[in-house]
Amino acid sequence: MMDSLYVAWRYVTWNRGKTLVLVASITLIVFLPLALQVLLDESERQLRTRALDTPLLLGAGGSALDLVMSSLYFDDELPVPIDMRAPAVIDASGLAYPVPLYVRFMARGAPIVGTTLDYFDFRGLRPAQGRLFAVLGEAVIGAEVAKRLGIGVGDSLVSSPDNLFDIAGVYPLKMSVVGVLADSHGPDDRAVFVDVKTAWVIEGLGHGHQDLAKTADSSVILQKDAGSVTANAKLLQYTEITANNIDSFHFHGSAAGYPLTALLVVPDDDKAEARLRGRFLDDDRYQLVKPDAVIDGLMENIFRIKQVIDAVIVIVAIATLLTIVLVFALSLRIRREEMQTIFRIGCSRMTTVRLLSAEILIIVTASAVLCAGLLWLIHVNSAALVQGLILR
Amino acid sequence: MISIQTLGFSYPGAGFRLQVPALAVAQGEKLAVIGPSGSGKTTLLNLIAGISVPDTGQVRVGKTTVSQLGDAARRNFRITNIGFVFQDFQLLDYLSVLDNVLHPYRISSALQLNRAVRRRALELLEQMGIAELRSQPSHALSQGEQQRAAICRALLPQPALILADEATGNLDPDNKQLILDMLFARVDDNAATLLAVTHDHELLPRFDRVQDFADFRGAAS
Repeated sequence: MMDSLYVAWRYVTWNRGKTLVLVASITLIVFLPLALQVLLDESERQLRTRALDTPLLLGAGGSALDLVMSSLYFDDELPVPIDMRAPAVIDASGLAYPVPLYVRFMARGAPIVGTTLDYFDFRGLRPAQGRLFAVLGEAVIGAEVAKRLGIGVGDSLVSSPDNLFDIAGVYPLKMSVVGVLADSHGPDDRAVFVDVKTAWVIEGLGHGHQDLAKTADSSVILQKDAGSVTANAKLLQYTEITANNIDSFHFHGSAAGYPLTALLVVPDDDKAEARLRGRFLDDDRYQLVKPDAVIDGLMENIFRIKQVIDAVIVIVAIATLLTIVLVFALSLRIRREEMQTIFRIGCSRMTTVRLLSAEILIIVTASAVLCAGLLWLIHVNSAALVQGLILR
Repeated sequence: MISIQTLGFSYPGAGFRLQVPALAVAQGEKLAVIGPSGSGKTTLLNLIAGISVPDTGQVRVGKTTVSQLGDAARRNFRITNIGFVFQDFQLLDYLSVLDNVLHPYRISSALQLNRAVRRRALELLEQMGIAELRSQPSHALSQGEQQRAAICRALLPQPALILADEATGNLDPDNKQLILDMLFARVDDNAATLLAVTHDHELLPRFDRVQDFADFRGAAS
């Protein structure tokens, strides 16, 4: 057998091009469904883990999936917003405590999560460097954001404008990084956390500007009445919150109407959870969802799609295998003279079969090794791949 | 060495029929076989080698009646007792010169590849003047060098009989004489018998005897 393998090895290495095409075809056809399965398993694990760690989510009526994907994975799908009356409703129930979330803006490709310090306690997040935010304008960044952007405590981060062409819109806010979270191997690593009020400043609901009462420049004043002063666009708006200007920041309108994308609702116990869910069952304004149930539905759909993909892959695999058989059949025709020669020398038909089997064995083994290597790479990087490719 | 009696053979569905009433080749003899194309010279070599089986008569090589052996026995007999040299060399492109020479040992369990065989292969290559080319792929050699390598392959198992089918047919005149010199020398070294099919009448004087297929009455019908 070793002699057959040697001769076969010489043949397949001599015909490098053909061998590479065959190895690549077999590898791909085996690798693709297996890699897909590995990534789906990891996606399911990550989705379920996060969902199971989150008891309830409160949001406006609409897509429960958008609500979950936005609140748990900071997906860029924006759910219908709720307002600050929602936390009061939860508080008033006496059954749970709410953690507000406002996930709408981005900073250099990372989602800005407006929340409160309760979020860090709830998720068990601790700063690896620095501290958590304490005042308006401070940001705490996830480990991956720090690594990707090469920034840390003492650096600053500017929010991305909502619309590049809206020159009259809200200015980007320069936030100072006061902490970097320890790696949590989840979506929190890829987010920038600010106080929810800072998120409202980014939205333009709150702002800081030069004090009109103290300014000597009368050209910034549009109208001045007994009780109020109206400024024009020349008024200096602050784009960074510092110790010197923080006192000038203020919010207009009723705080109860300020937006949130969701509330993390942490019930006191199972009974409280059941009672809360009952209360919101027929609520017109809000929906209270169990994220793991939503993810179950999502996974069912994904696996239904995967079954279709599997069927397509099976068809492609059959076509590929037929092509490979054709390649070998044509190869045999081309090599008929060679086969006749070794037969005339004294080789048996079985030896011919053994030589061809050895060639197939080498090609299949090379494909298996390559496939195993690629699958190992996918496996060890599956968490990062899922976070980077699927749960972005 | 070779004894053929009332040999008859025809290919199924073909009008051709080979008939050889009698042919004897002595041990160590160098016999040239001539005849027009299609007269059955190559078929005769195939029958002697046991690649084909005669319809009638018998073929004896040494003490073995080849025509009475079974398939496997004929193959084993062929690879251990008969060396083939082909007109178009039939070397394998994907093997080196040395690997081509050793190839019969790799494709048959009747031959055992060991150090002594490797040493003998290198000696043969040395004697044929292509030892320095042993690691080259066979297609990189000139035609004369390729035929020398093919002769090494045929001679390595030290067969008692060499069958050469137009072995010099693809070579230029200088190479023809050189290859024939080398083939004759190696045949003499091994005390082997040579039966060579050729169309080249210039080479005939160098053989011990010439057998013309025209002498076989009723050879083709």
